[in-house]
Amino acid sequence: MIRRVLSPLFALILLALPLKAQAPAPAAEQIVAGLSRDDVDITTSFDGSEIIIYGAIKRETPIPSGKPLEVIVTLEGPVQALTVRHKERRLGVWVNTGRVSIGAAPSFYVVTTTRPLHQILPPAEDQRHRISIPLAMRAFSGPMEVEDAVPYTEALIRLRHAADVYRLDDGAVHLAEQTLFRADVRLPANLVEGIYSTRIFLLRDGMVMDTFRAPIEVRKVGLERWLYRLALEKPFIYGIMSLAIAVAAGWGASAAFRLVKRA
Amino acid sequence: MQIYLPIAEVAVNALTLIGLGGIVGLMSGLFGVGGGFLITPLLFFIGIPPAIAVATGANQVVASSFSGVLAHVKRKTVDFRMGWVLLAGGLVGSSAGVLLFNMLSRLGQVDLVVQLCYVIFLGLIGAMMLQESLRALHRSRRSGPIKPMRRHQHGWVHKWPMKMKFRASGLYISSIPVLMVGAAVGVLAAIMGVGGGFIMVPAMIYLLGMPTKVVIGTSLFQITFLSAYTTLMHAVSSNTVDVMLAVLLIVGGVTGAQIGTHLGARLRAEQLRILLALLVLAVCGKLALDLFLPPDELYSVTVGILR
Repeated sequence: MIRRVLSPLFALILLALPLKAQAPAPAAEQIVAGLSRDDVDITTSFDGSEIIIYGAIKRETPIPSGKPLEVIVTLEGPVQALTVRHKERRLGVWVNTGRVSIGAAPSFYVVTTTRPLHQILPPAEDQRHRISIPLAMRAFSGPMEVEDAVPYTEALIRLRHAADVYRLDDGAVHLAEQTLFRADVRLPANLVEGIYSTRIFLLRDGMVMDTFRAPIEVRKVGLERWLYRLALEKPFIYGIMSLAIAVAAGWGASAAFRLVKRA
Repeated sequence: MQIYLPIAEVAVNALTLIGLGGIVGLMSGLFGVGGGFLITPLLFFIGIPPAIAVATGANQVVASSFSGVLAHVKRKTVDFRMGWVLLAGGLVGSSAGVLLFNMLSRLGQVDLVVQLCYVIFLGLIGAMMLQESLRALHRSRRSGPIKPMRRHQHGWVHKWPMKMKFRASGLYISSIPVLMVGAAVGVLAAIMGVGGGFIMVPAMIYLLGMPTKVVIGTSLFQITFLSAYTTLMHAVSSNTVDVMLAVLLIVGGVTGAQIGTHLGARLRAEQLRILLALLVLAVCGKLALDLFLPPDELYSVTVGILR
């Protein structure tokens, strides 16, 4: 009797041990991946970019039978603190009444999958790895001033979808022969500078088998970088420079028009 | 032609920005307003974050009003003395306005106050100007030559001490009301994030009794300095001036301002005032609709935690 109870428990412990000890568990199937580029330069003429995330599944054994392999690729931008506000009609006028502060939400988040996300990812695994868009928003901050924050987070997701910075592309990961995969992620023009992170999840039968992470650095270069640094580090000089440009342009236009009139 | 703005961190069409600057510059040269009350909402509309739109708008106003001032100096239609006194009041008012603005944002609802300010002031000024200028136009049509306006009405303003001679305006009045007008406009300008020309111009005409001829040049003179001060304050305290955005707006703006100034010289003062009144009322109407009509989206997202 005791043995019958204990043996599944032992099996569980054995399963859990390698995870706990962080021993290099030889997973049956592993991701070997690459990125078409590991940095994105924002120049003056920057108008979005495309990143190809590709890879293969490494395995020593034949492809297991049963449910097919699924791949999820996510790309996440630097997190920002946000405030979501809600308008209500007060005395005939629409005013902001409630607000919810969100401590950290990604400035950009794309999920691409081999098949519709809800079909391949059970909620428990989603919770654990924070894959789907609602779970990518992490923390509320400050005291709660509203009874129910759900409409606020829903609105945030809706607005960010509309701005094309949150995206769920079901079926955008191409998987060939359960071995080779490729995802094309389009980056919009309104990117924020910082470290973006790519995550790749390998799933079989609703379980995450292996994960892979890689950073992508998005940074301003050249004139963009110089202006940005100057504005942050020497704001007074930057301000004077902005004014000098304005005054010079005003004078230049005036002088130019005088010439035109005289001619 | 897309261009990425380093501070705003968005990519926008450069030609749109130049065109936008041009329209606002035209208004600036024509009416002597900085155009801040137009440029700021227009920048919101094309997706520039509000704080950056306000600060960069101020920078663009410096260029277009400076260009306008130069044209007016050539035509000798600037009352420098009046301009300096107004500016002195304006700097004090603007600093107080910034403090008031910060206090309001701590209390919340600063958006509402700003919007209400816009609707009330634009509505009042627009209606007043329209009524007055229509009447003037009507009078001048009916009785042929325009009757000389009685400018030397000795009202309460003329009994105060510290009198100064404003030769270009042909006025000999106390400097206290001039300082007060400057300060009041400065406060409103700082709260509303504009240069304040659309309040300054009617205040100069109706409160100080200045002749329309010198009002526009003098207003532009004062606005140039006041918005330069505002730009610097924004750049230092919140890093929200986007110079790339400003340059694009300025290229359009200074060109528009020159065209506007020359166009303005050909139009009659009453016609100019009717046009400005209609413009002010149009902006007011749009903002009022935003306050009273149910918005499409009840929620809005701002980057950063609002205190």
